[in-house]
Amino acid sequence: MASCACPTEHGRTAIDGYDPAARVKALEQVLVEKGYVERAALDVIVETYAHEVGPMNGAKVVARAWIDADFRMRLLEDGTAAAAELGFGGRGGEHLVIVENTPKLHNLIVCTLCSCYPWPLLGLPPVWYKSPPYRSRAVIEPRAVLRDFGVNLPEATAIRVWDSTAETRYLVLPLRPEGSEDLSEDRLASLVTREAMIGTGLALAPAGAAA
Amino acid sequence: MNGAQDLGGAMGFGPVRPEKDEPVFHASWEERALALTLAAGALGEWSIDEGRYARESLHPALYLNASYYEIWLRALERLLREKALLDQKELDSGQMTSPPAPTRLPRLTPEGARRLMAMGTPYRRQPSAPARFAVGSRVRAKVINPRGHTRLPRYARGKEGVVERVHGAHVFPDASARGESQPVWLYTVAFSARELWGEGADPALTVSIEAFEPYLVPCEPKS
Repeated sequence: MASCACPTEHGRTAIDGYDPAARVKALEQVLVEKGYVERAALDVIVETYAHEVGPMNGAKVVARAWIDADFRMRLLEDGTAAAAELGFGGRGGEHLVIVENTPKLHNLIVCTLCSCYPWPLLGLPPVWYKSPPYRSRAVIEPRAVLRDFGVNLPEATAIRVWDSTAETRYLVLPLRPEGSEDLSEDRLASLVTREAMIGTGLALAPAGAAA
Repeated sequence: MNGAQDLGGAMGFGPVRPEKDEPVFHASWEERALALTLAAGALGEWSIDEGRYARESLHPALYLNASYYEIWLRALERLLREKALLDQKELDSGQMTSPPAPTRLPRLTPEGARRLMAMGTPYRRQPSAPARFAVGSRVRAKVINPRGHTRLPRYARGKEGVVERVHGAHVFPDASARGESQPVWLYTVAFSARELWGEGADPALTVSIEAFEPYLVPCEPKS
């Protein structure tokens, strides 16, 4: 049902009776039979995005930028080259641009036209990022969208929304949380959520730090 | 095209509902839909922009009702049919009924798949002309309503903004979706919320789009 409140989109029925699970099975079978695709290559693709590429990559980039001022400069200057220093890049992130939050400015990334997203740093986008509520509202009422995520910014904080309408792919460099001064790079990376790098969240406060 | 994909500023879709601990895929068919889309795309028979056009050409009622991987799958079927790699009978039955057609690029191997994901396919090109605009240029987005693919969202058409970044020359999606190659300059253009949304807009909000040079005209400062 289109009105299903379930965020996972479970329980939907296509209005024309289209059954994606059955269609994809038939499609794979005939594409393999005609020699257009190789099953082992499909498995490699699934394996890569299920396990190897995800927000943990972006979190490493952010943590490095927090502890290394020179890297941070390079990252903001040329995101593609700086991410490549840590071994990240490739499909869906050929042209990476990193934008920095400050105490006065909060950045938010959206793709109103489809689902453009920095794959090498964040993996595949979550369902909400690709769905009409986010894509429609992020550019006109981002503060209300942020409230859906439990983020309340002061009215004086400027908001900058980046609509990813080209192959340039954006990532937010969130503010480093207070109380994180003594943490290792790995611990810092564990504070960096996917939402913080899209701009719908903030980096987590370290355990034990005052809220 | 003015399809259901052009969602910026639309209303009535309700709150954003993030899913706690969301898995990468929600069903195994989604994994295969993703992998088949990438592997079939690697045959070189269509560009990423033709792929996007196939998705946004879905009937708006289908587009808005479908999950994202279903949109991908429906578009993939359409592309395979349009490029005569499969016919409708084959799509419906899963059985080969006609001989395979030659493709521009060979079938993706596991090694090729790793390379494809690791290297990507850069979209920056040698410029064929100097950039018309520079950082700080005041520009206006044209009012256009093409039937084909475009990446100029409706909410920015006719609006005045400022060039903030110059990204070099990139593949022009509007041309690429027609199978043509025409690199053009790409800019980040920032608009005030007031300019985009008028009265009552958030005074502390700025929205930017990535704008290809053919979308823009120069704008003289108001005297």
